Amino acid sequence: MTLIQILVFALLSGVVGWLVPVRLKTTLLLVGSVIAIYWLQPSSSIRNLDFWLPTASFALTISTWAITQPRQSPDRRYNLAIIGATLGMILAIALTRYIDPICCLTATRPPQLPLVILAIGFIASVSLALYLLKPSNRLLAWGNIIVIIGVFIILKYEPLSTTASAGLRNLNQQDPTLANATDIAWLGFSYLAFRLIHTLRDFQTGRLPNYRLDEYLTYVLFYPALTAGPIDRSQRFIQKDLPAATAPSDRIQGVERILIGVFKKFAIADSLALISLNQAHLGQVNSTVWLWVLLYAFSLRIYFDFSGYTDIAIGIGMFAGIHLPENFSNPYLKTNITAFWNSWHITLAQWFRSYVFNPLTRSLRLSPRHLPAWSIILVAQSLTMLLIGLWHGITWSFAIWGLWHALGLFIHNRWSEWSRPRLSGAGSWSIGARAALALGGWVITFNYVVLGWVWFALPQPAQAIEAFRMLFGG
Amino acid sequence: MRILAKGLILFVIANILFAFVYPLPFFEKLSLYNHLFPGRARLPYGDDPSRSFNLSLYDLEAMFASHRIDGAEKPVDEYRLVLIGDSQTWGYLLEPDQTLSAILNQANLQLPDGNKVKAYNLAYPVMSLTKDLLLLSKALEYEPDMIVWLVTLESFPYDKQLFPPLLQHNPQTVRQLIQNLKLKLDPQDQQLIDKPFLGRTIFGSRRDLANWVRLQILGVLWAATGIDQDIPENFIARMEDLPADDSFHELTSPLDENTLAFDILQSGVELAGDIPVLILNEPMFISQGLNSDIRYNFYYPRWAYDEYRRLLARRAEVSGWHFLDLWDAIPPTEFTNTAVHLTPHGVNVLADRLRTAIMELAGSQP
Repeated sequence: MTLIQILVFALLSGVVGWLVPVRLKTTLLLVGSVIAIYWLQPSSSIRNLDFWLPTASFALTISTWAITQPRQSPDRRYNLAIIGATLGMILAIALTRYIDPICCLTATRPPQLPLVILAIGFIASVSLALYLLKPSNRLLAWGNIIVIIGVFIILKYEPLSTTASAGLRNLNQQDPTLANATDIAWLGFSYLAFRLIHTLRDFQTGRLPNYRLDEYLTYVLFYPALTAGPIDRSQRFIQKDLPAATAPSDRIQGVERILIGVFKKFAIADSLALISLNQAHLGQVNSTVWLWVLLYAFSLRIYFDFSGYTDIAIGIGMFAGIHLPENFSNPYLKTNITAFWNSWHITLAQWFRSYVFNPLTRSLRLSPRHLPAWSIILVAQSLTMLLIGLWHGITWSFAIWGLWHALGLFIHNRWSEWSRPRLSGAGSWSIGARAALALGGWVITFNYVVLGWVWFALPQPAQAIEAFRMLFGG
Repeated sequence: MRILAKGLILFVIANILFAFVYPLPFFEKLSLYNHLFPGRARLPYGDDPSRSFNLSLYDLEAMFASHRIDGAEKPVDEYRLVLIGDSQTWGYLLEPDQTLSAILNQANLQLPDGNKVKAYNLAYPVMSLTKDLLLLSKALEYEPDMIVWLVTLESFPYDKQLFPPLLQHNPQTVRQLIQNLKLKLDPQDQQLIDKPFLGRTIFGSRRDLANWVRLQILGVLWAATGIDQDIPENFIARMEDLPADDSFHELTSPLDENTLAFDILQSGVELAGDIPVLILNEPMFISQGLNSDIRYNFYYPRWAYDEYRRLLARRAEVSGWHFLDLWDAIPPTEFTNTAVHLTPHGVNVLADRLRTAIMELAGSQP
């Protein structure tokens, strides 16, 4: 998001929070989200992709809602109207193609009208069929999860992205030899996927309440959280009773959070980005000390960048009277790796805890083979962290980064088990001894996390190994 | 709401105070260079900070504060040589240890009195004698023992004098130079950008402040890599075949001393006072290609350059300047992407020629 976009979204939220009657708030938030998803979508060298990707986000979200919601509902007519209104807004955005003074909300000119009408007709037919006819929901939910994960894999695995790009180029009669993995930059798909899978899984386990379509669309595509989260739970986000007017404390905190976020992102993170470790710097740096400096710069940059965006999202949400969950809680000050993961990208960690770690642990515990507790933890943590790593991109480096943290978490778990009885009297230790213990924990944790970023910052494991060699004076 | 209003009022007051006091010039003298990071080998200049680890800014104080000349006090046994000029002297497409000043330093020149010659690169890669004069005036604060001023015809036309943004964004200093040295330039020239009151507030100065911060941050990469320029592996070579065009800045033959800014050159020499100034007509690429009978290279038609050389030599003789004309001293193969940018070998050849002149001039000083 640019500063202008942040300002526009903050103003929109301000209007929603202060001036709009309660019954219209969700509708206006939905309008904002429709605008945001097209406006924020980056341009692509594949023709019209910056229109089709946001449209696909809507298609996926509406179809997921249709699968998970009961056919008989007092809001049925309202929901049908929202389907129509949403598709109407998409059509309106496409029509800007023909209105030169306001063209275009999208990065490039939207596609030809007949094509858009065909697509909208298709989305409407599928959504209505899913909503009204209701074939086997459970199967459809699984099918939808598989589709979402499939798209996710295509987007995150470079060879597949390149192939997909070539396919789309062929469809558009563009040169497929120019295909590049970065052609398909689907705005916010990672977060969209998490929210959709969360509702699909909760639907399968009977924990998903009934939502109106406008509520659900706003939850999944809420404009402040579109690009960088946080990943809220629908049950928390969708408040049946939005406040009539944003509380004064929320307005002040909202301004504060936006200003802090802007400063973190645009002043600190963007400055640190200049000196953060990357592939090019690795071959240019001339001493071990400076490589450490670049690595620390990367570590701080990634925190300030990400937490800055979260502050902005939370601040804009507060203006509209919506409290998004916190995503960071001083992670670099934690004295052990478990506490770090309870305070770094909190909503992502919680998602994986709910939908990967806990079910897996439960299943391993119930296994007839009676696995020892430590092995269950090792397997569940490794798989969870591996998936968190791969969420960033399907590469060896991200996989190793995930496993690096899994190893850290496992070692800390074992250390805690071992030290608990031995350090049970630590409460009676002198302040100095306790401070030394905490300081030692912090130094180890912080540097372990920092060293983990080497895998994250460098695209090839061989480069990361070279960096480790240099960092330790090789 | 009251807190927001208070915050807004405080912000406005802080901005107004800042605009009145305008502490930016003092503030920008502060630098992490020469303290936390080594001083830069040449003045900051660069388009893409993420690749060049450098950036272009307009604040002279910050620029000089980042340079190694602003480091420790001048040692008693140092003979300080300051090089002023354009991109050839700055070292475009050259690493910091390949520039003219670096090559001169690598020669470890020593004067008969035992003082060691230390060269400082204070060139800046745009062509304008007024820009050179601005840098020269600033360089005098650093106690130079000799100034080597490399010039070329493209720096001389009056219409080129105030085009560099570095000058346009330093209107006060440039006006002082124009008025004090009675240069044939208009102190009210529209190209000089005066900051309005709002531009002097914190908000209005945010770009300057951000550039100052970025320059300090980039010190990390300068210290970590020694890189201050993005040098591409491949570049388009200087133009060999030339257009059949004999025009030059709307000037016509014969050129005279009033059509070229010799007064600025003279002012520089006078400003330096007792400090010897060696004026060097810098080498340039001489094409053998298409239309080379009309032009020497991309920059110069033959008639204009020949007349310029003649005028420069005569003026140097009349004014008693220390002058060296090395216009054709470097073989054509030693030019890179323009008619003035040299290869490392080309710089070595130039340094060889210059070394003798420097030693002679330095040795002749009392």
